[in-house]
Amino acid sequence: MFKKFLYLEWKAFVRSASFGTNLALKIILGIVAFMYAIIFLFAGVVLFYGLKDANLDPLLEVNKYLIYYLIFDLLFRLFLQKIPVLNIRPLLTLPIKKATIVNFSLGKTMLSFFNLVHAFFFVPFSIVLLVEGYNPLNVILWHVAIMSLIYVNNFLNILLNNKDSLFVIFMVIFGALGVLHYYDYFNITDYTVGFFQGLITTNYLFLIPVILIITLYVITFNFFKKNLHLDTGLSSKHDIAKTEQFTWLDQFGNIGTFLKNDIRLIKRNKRSKTTIFMSVLFLFYGLLFFSGGIESYDNPMMKMFAGVFVSGGFLFTFGQFVPSWDSAYYPLMMTQNISYKGYLNAKWWLIVIATGVSTLLAAPYLYFGLETYLIIIAGAIFNIGVNSHLVLLGGAYVKTPVDLNSSKGAFGDKKAFNLKTMLISLPKMLLPMLIYIAGYKFISPNAGLILVALIGLIGFAFRNKVFSMIEKIYKAEKYSTIASYKQKS
Amino acid sequence: MIQVTQLSKSYNGTTVLKIDNLEIKKGESFGLVGNNGAGKTTFFSLLLDLIQPSTGYIKNNTFQVDKTEEWKPLTAAFLDETFLIGYLTPEEYFYFIGDLRGQNKADVDALLVKHTEFFNGEILNSKKYIRDFSKGNQKKVGIIATLIGNPEVIILDEPFANLDPTTQFRLKKIIKDLASDPNVTILVSSHDLQHTVEVSDRIVALHKGEVVKDIQTSTETLAELETFFAV
Repeated sequence: MFKKFLYLEWKAFVRSASFGTNLALKIILGIVAFMYAIIFLFAGVVLFYGLKDANLDPLLEVNKYLIYYLIFDLLFRLFLQKIPVLNIRPLLTLPIKKATIVNFSLGKTMLSFFNLVHAFFFVPFSIVLLVEGYNPLNVILWHVAIMSLIYVNNFLNILLNNKDSLFVIFMVIFGALGVLHYYDYFNITDYTVGFFQGLITTNYLFLIPVILIITLYVITFNFFKKNLHLDTGLSSKHDIAKTEQFTWLDQFGNIGTFLKNDIRLIKRNKRSKTTIFMSVLFLFYGLLFFSGGIESYDNPMMKMFAGVFVSGGFLFTFGQFVPSWDSAYYPLMMTQNISYKGYLNAKWWLIVIATGVSTLLAAPYLYFGLETYLIIIAGAIFNIGVNSHLVLLGGAYVKTPVDLNSSKGAFGDKKAFNLKTMLISLPKMLLPMLIYIAGYKFISPNAGLILVALIGLIGFAFRNKVFSMIEKIYKAEKYSTIASYKQKS
Repeated sequence: MIQVTQLSKSYNGTTVLKIDNLEIKKGESFGLVGNNGAGKTTFFSLLLDLIQPSTGYIKNNTFQVDKTEEWKPLTAAFLDETFLIGYLTPEEYFYFIGDLRGQNKADVDALLVKHTEFFNGEILNSKKYIRDFSKGNQKKVGIIATLIGNPEVIILDEPFANLDPTTQFRLKKIIKDLASDPNVTILVSSHDLQHTVEVSDRIVALHKGEVVKDIQTSTETLAELETFFAV
């Protein structure tokens, strides 16, 4: 029976939409995956000797931060790792024992990328430990314990079933622990390091994670076996819907009509909600650059780069997929008498509002000085004036249907990258950096900022021209767009 | 109202639709029947300019559909679930279509009240998004949405499929009412010969992309079609 399952999995894998693209892309993906594997492999080795050179005990340091590693892993899973329940449905009525189905499904999650990726780090690290003369038995016990804890996360994620609210809670816990630790109020590692250290110094503590993982497997197994019905474990959640009219938007005419829908689109779909999450994440991205913590980022050019990013999270993640957000009902849009201008305007306003709000929320960057915040403001003006047009222009060539109900691919869909989009994307970052550095070097730092903002304002004047250009693209590409949106991934 | 001239559509050399000449008059109630793959949906997609004809053209009220968009305000269609917006409630969807077709909230409400019976209490105020409705109820939403804004041409692909028997009766009544309006041209496709015969004054049968029957409905039509398809 398992052989048949594996056969189905293999077919699902090679025939999946993302795999079915051209050979060149497959090769690139292969290289990228290989590179990541190498990086992780090296991280395992380099980390050990790096810490040793810094006169620290590598194993102790790793054990200290393991608690963060594990919480972050769980967070990552809650956000991204999907539980493959849907493919179980067709199997239910076939003569297969329920236990077999559940075992197979759970086994499948164990082989997922989210678990295997850790092996790339921990296996080389453990090997280094062995080479460095640690007691082989203890290293193996430690390794087994850590792997068990990783799989504990795997099953916890399954049981918690991707609850969005839990994600926020864990995020807050993670952030709070980090902040308290940083300011020396409360250091959780003091309490956990003993346990993790005990995994290697004793011969029995490893039993705790191992017993934990076995118990969790049994619990998950029983939970799924009991709930293997369409209306319980395999049901999809139905939200309670509330009609929202947003009548105050009526005063904006046909822009209002589309704006209403866009707001509902973002509010009610998993995938589009992630754009909001990303904009918040991008807000913090600037810390890497402005805090001066990383030396190679501490120069005017990289600061401008960050300035564009801080307010541009929504712009990049949402704008990139206009009109793909509406892919599920594109035939409807194409048979209605819609005004393209109103449609584009609504998306543009959303981007402008989000950029504005992000800029306001970025006000705490004033902590690093007025200069820093001015960079962010200049970046925001450039985003509104120039980048919003470029991103919408690039989106017109993206013909990847967006599956609104999955949060997968939130970090950019690999299929969405084609040459045209790439070419249009480049100036979004490079242009403000070059303009700024030109003004900075030849006149003064402030002149650089003014130049960036000025180009943004000039770009704003071209809005209608760009919109009619995009409209022409929409019309010219209509048939091929409809056809590619039909191919559900 | 609708004039088809030398129309054909082929994919990689295989012709899936070929109609040399077909005229649908204003006010006609036009039924399209045929087996799977006969070209019914292809024809409707061409009529709505969702796919490009390989040769020939279609004119809708003198507007050539692939050259101008002037036909859009007077045409409404429901082909499949891609004409629905899943994350909206039915009310929001109706008002959205209303906005696009220049109807205010009161106009839409009046239409919805008129079709309360058709909805059978399952659609309005249901606290559900359209994506969570059953196929049949989704179809009810899509069909009624085509009536918003008094379109002159209404196109329904397989409207009877997935509907319960009671709703099928009610839908037949709605289509017949529309057909009696001399300003409304209605095009319906179906696998169900009896339903089509009941609601249409003219029936065209497609077979492998070509028109094989074109008859004005009479008492013998059903028998004639049944003999034709019983092979």
